[in-house]
Amino acid sequence: MLGLSKKDTTFLLIVIFLTLATPILLQPFPEGSPLAQFNAGYPDLMQRFAIYGIFAIGFNILFGLTGYLSFGHAAFLGVGSYSVVWMYKLLSYNVLPGLILAIITSALFALLIGYVSLRRSGIYFSILTLAFAQMSFNLAYSVLTPLTNGETGLQVYTDDPQVLMSAGAPTSPHLFGIVMNESTKIDVNGWQFTFSNGYYFCAIIAIVVFYLSLRIFRSPFGIMLRAIKTNQTRMSYTGLNARPYTLAAFVISGMYAGLAGGLLAAMDPLAGAERMQWTASGEVVLMTILGGAGTLMGPVLGAGFIKYFENIFSKINDTILHSWFSALPDGLEDAVVFMLHPFIGKGWNLTLGLLFMLVVIFLPGGLIEGGTRIWNLVTGKSRKTRSIVKDSEHQPKPPVHVN
Amino acid sequence: MDAIILQILNGLDKGSAYAMIALGLTLIFGTLGVVNFAHGALFMLGAFCAVTLQRLLSLSYTVEDPTQKDFLGNPLKVDTPYIVSWFGDSAGNAILNWSVPLAILFAIPVMLLIGYVMERGLIKHFYKRPHADQILVTFGLAIVIQEIVKYFYGANPIPTPAPDVFRGSVDFGVMIGFAPNEIIYPYWRLVYFFFSAAIIGAVFAFLRFTTFGMVVRAGMADRETVGLLGINIDKRFTIMFGIAAAVAGLAGVMYAPINSPNYHMGMDFLVLSFVVVVVGGMGSLPGAVLAGFLLGVLESFASMNEIKSVLPGIDQIIIYLVAIIILLTRPRGLMGRRGVMEE
Amino acid sequence: MTKFQVNRRTLIKSGAAIGAGLALPTIFTSSARAYLNEPKGDTVVLGFNVPQTGPYADEGLDELRAQELAVQHLNGEGDGGMLNTFSSKVLKGNGILGKKVTFVSGDTQTKSDAARASAKSMIEKDGAIMINGGSSSGVAVAVQGLCQEAGVIFMAGLTHSNDTTGKDKKRNGFRHFFNAYMSGQALAPVLAKAYGSDRRAYHLTADYTWGWTQQESIAKATEAMGWETVNNVLTPLAATDFSSYIAPVLNSGADVLVLNHYGGNMVNSLTNAVQFGLRDKTVNGKQFEIVVPLYSELMAAGAGANVRGVFGSMNWNWQLQDEGSKAFVKSFGEKYGRPPSNSAHTCYVQTLLYADAVERAGTFDPCGVVEALEGFEFDGLGNGPTLYRAEDHQCFKDVLVMKGTENPTNEYDTLEIVEVTPRAQVEYAPDHPMFAGGDLGQCNSGA
Repeated sequence: MLGLSKKDTTFLLIVIFLTLATPILLQPFPEGSPLAQFNAGYPDLMQRFAIYGIFAIGFNILFGLTGYLSFGHAAFLGVGSYSVVWMYKLLSYNVLPGLILAIITSALFALLIGYVSLRRSGIYFSILTLAFAQMSFNLAYSVLTPLTNGETGLQVYTDDPQVLMSAGAPTSPHLFGIVMNESTKIDVNGWQFTFSNGYYFCAIIAIVVFYLSLRIFRSPFGIMLRAIKTNQTRMSYTGLNARPYTLAAFVISGMYAGLAGGLLAAMDPLAGAERMQWTASGEVVLMTILGGAGTLMGPVLGAGFIKYFENIFSKINDTILHSWFSALPDGLEDAVVFMLHPFIGKGWNLTLGLLFMLVVIFLPGGLIEGGTRIWNLVTGKSRKTRSIVKDSEHQPKPPVHVN
Repeated sequence: MDAIILQILNGLDKGSAYAMIALGLTLIFGTLGVVNFAHGALFMLGAFCAVTLQRLLSLSYTVEDPTQKDFLGNPLKVDTPYIVSWFGDSAGNAILNWSVPLAILFAIPVMLLIGYVMERGLIKHFYKRPHADQILVTFGLAIVIQEIVKYFYGANPIPTPAPDVFRGSVDFGVMIGFAPNEIIYPYWRLVYFFFSAAIIGAVFAFLRFTTFGMVVRAGMADRETVGLLGINIDKRFTIMFGIAAAVAGLAGVMYAPINSPNYHMGMDFLVLSFVVVVVGGMGSLPGAVLAGFLLGVLESFASMNEIKSVLPGIDQIIIYLVAIIILLTRPRGLMGRRGVMEE
Repeated sequence: MTKFQVNRRTLIKSGAAIGAGLALPTIFTSSARAYLNEPKGDTVVLGFNVPQTGPYADEGLDELRAQELAVQHLNGEGDGGMLNTFSSKVLKGNGILGKKVTFVSGDTQTKSDAARASAKSMIEKDGAIMINGGSSSGVAVAVQGLCQEAGVIFMAGLTHSNDTTGKDKKRNGFRHFFNAYMSGQALAPVLAKAYGSDRRAYHLTADYTWGWTQQESIAKATEAMGWETVNNVLTPLAATDFSSYIAPVLNSGADVLVLNHYGGNMVNSLTNAVQFGLRDKTVNGKQFEIVVPLYSELMAAGAGANVRGVFGSMNWNWQLQDEGSKAFVKSFGEKYGRPPSNSAHTCYVQTLLYADAVERAGTFDPCGVVEALEGFEFDGLGNGPTLYRAEDHQCFKDVLVMKGTENPTNEYDTLEIVEVTPRAQVEYAPDHPMFAGGDLGQCNSGA
């Protein structure tokens, strides 16, 4: 189906199912139960899962296939966001023109940066991309304020032209009248599920771009990119010039990042300069490595993992801890809360840092390897078959958990 | 002219910090082939060695003074450091006052130990792993170190003053034949520059003139052959990791009076020091030092009003701009070796 | 788009009508919702969104302490703090409108994106009806915009930029903190009195929106006193070492250095300036001076001895001797063993003011609350008689001019109050040029 092998088709169908069912899957605990704190099925976080998933999938096309580690991909994320908000300001709140512009501008930007940076390889390439992104960030924050609104972030004001804005049109981002921040809530015996327009918009785009990346991975072009990673010298001896291929991969992954940035602004009409900072570039690197670079699902898992801890763990405070352990005797309750206190709320960074280390120490292939191990345990596959799976590193692995 | 000399001094001063951090980073790259994202955190730990010693020295016993009131109207609790009560007012206060220079003695063993434990406990297992894994694990470690420091010391900067003797500034211009009051420079920053020059010189001398250093240099050039000669190169590399950590730590200790240390100061320097290392050229120690001072001086020049008025915002991007230009004109940075970290 | 909203109780009731034990999912349409996150049970959720990581983490921690204290007082626990001194007496210590107050907390990371994500999660997931806190203007403007779009009330924490109630003002957002213009108006006369009206000032300004409004405000105010602005140099926000910006100051002919910096920037630039010996110099026959327009207790602590004798301004300080401030400092100090910071005071007061407005409006509906807060005049929450102006949602009250304590007696004694500038002196017209543009818009209840 769709030019995919039977195995890939099944894989894609599983991904589609899991993505569409996310609002239910991420809401495993009933409202009001103490564990409801761990539910992640609210629109903003689900949208972020999908958007950063797109970002990481795109990054993986460059890093996972060619081995070129860009440390400046956040620049494209920022450019995408600014494009969308500018389209809001000039035309109307319809997200479509902005998203198209976001992909175009980020492609041009990536072409420029890629053309220069790809003259070098290895860490020299990384530092060149980092330098470009940091320059963009620093200028966006200060000198370019008329274009970016600096620290405050670019946003829509009532006196903006918005020439295509008709009288009854929605006053927040929408797609031909489908308003992004509206949602349908359904209560089922204590469970509450939120089906948000914005999430499904992102989810459908995410499925489409995931399909595209699947095709790229399986295409001759993808094989060429892997050849670059394996041995660039040998490739040039066979008379092939690697540059056009790497540049194409760079621009494609830049467009993915631009689309992701555009979607961020499509969900929430504000574009801040922090999106271009090196920490944001570093985040997508971490997402990809954490999930498993070079695998199809890994980067998405990594993105979900980091965003989950950022948004869920930072909100657990001592009061919540006390309510969880209130059944314990007083002294013991305080002791448990005292033990857990450094890891939650303001300590969420500590938890994340520890998990980075644990994952990379015990799961050399990233989270996806953890998933594979569990899958093998469940299906009872022997060690022998597992090593075969490991050899065909780029074969899709049945994901245990998506997003 | 005086303005330019002032900015050169500033640049050398900034460059001192960059050079010392970059030197350690390059040592770790060159010897172990490890990308150490936790190196900024080591610099920060050095600065907190100074803070810790200052706290240890001013450990106090508390007496309630009923004649004074605190902010709630209760009797004021007056703290007297043990040091002051043991050594008397003048000697005790002098020791407190000199806590930052004393912290050098404290920091060397501490940082060597931290470096040793880090290498044996964690980094050792990552020699054969891809650079990406090294980045992830050392970045995770950097976050953990930061958060531990934040847990104990808070997020706010902690003032760590230099000894009174070094407070204030010296009329540097007079020494080199300018009119008085034209080139005035803080004592401590001059101390910092000479200190870093001494440390950098010591590291180079150690590598050049000792047998140990010779083996390490040989190992950097060709690890396998040195190993085949029956030399335990791993053990020496572990020691080099400790030394790199100590150099970063010392850079941090002496930096504490320049800017009050806070828990994320390492991250502020991390990206910059990577740029410095790469501009200097992978695997080259002199390159790292040279690039450190070069970028420091250029950064200072870019912040001059005369230049900013022509190119607004140039001081925001100068380092990155210079990095791009150098990397495009010299493929392996200023003094890089072929084949190091180029895949 | 139809909205389904059925709570558990109605579901159980209707479930009984359909037939007990019906295991199939049951979905009902309901248009009962009058406004977003209407509290239906016996509790109401407030969202406290403060920086918990990053450079302002300690500031955020102090805000959170104050907010927890406010929740206790609203629920009738503790000694009641400022509830006893507040001029409005509708709060009885039985929660808000009889509902017990609970709260959720989140981390802004002092980044617009993260702050909005955190606030959204409070609104979408936890059903928060009011968001409070924050420690930078960029974040305040971003979250204020979000709350306007979503339809909840935003009580901006520490935000000092003119824009928050200027070109970025929103109907659903209120600011209790003072602003850059007020800092300038309060500081200038004190500076002129202390240092004379014939001074030449050199400005170092953090290169982002807050820095620019701060610089503009203080330059205008001091120029009106006869000062001359020699130069204004913009410094990168990411700068940590300010030596190359400070070195040229001495030979520029200026005799005052104004540091339009905040947080880590300010701690470092002030430390560097003192290192360069600026304060020991005499220029134009006058003692060289340094001014820091916006102070906070944490910055003063971070800069240590360098703040001694340096003038600045503040929103509130724990050393104020009015009944309200004394009551707050007492209950905060007894609970946490330290005096509250001025951002803690802001967040505490805002939580009470929100609760009070709900009680007076008789509803949690944001539009009702906005109406109750607009033009509200009160007293007893520190800073004397206070007005929440209807035209721009800026709070007007006395402003404090501070000076670094010369001989501190304890670790909290870093700043002393020089003057309490009366409210009349810092007032301005809503259409003042520094606040021009922007539009409050209509109140949004998210219905």
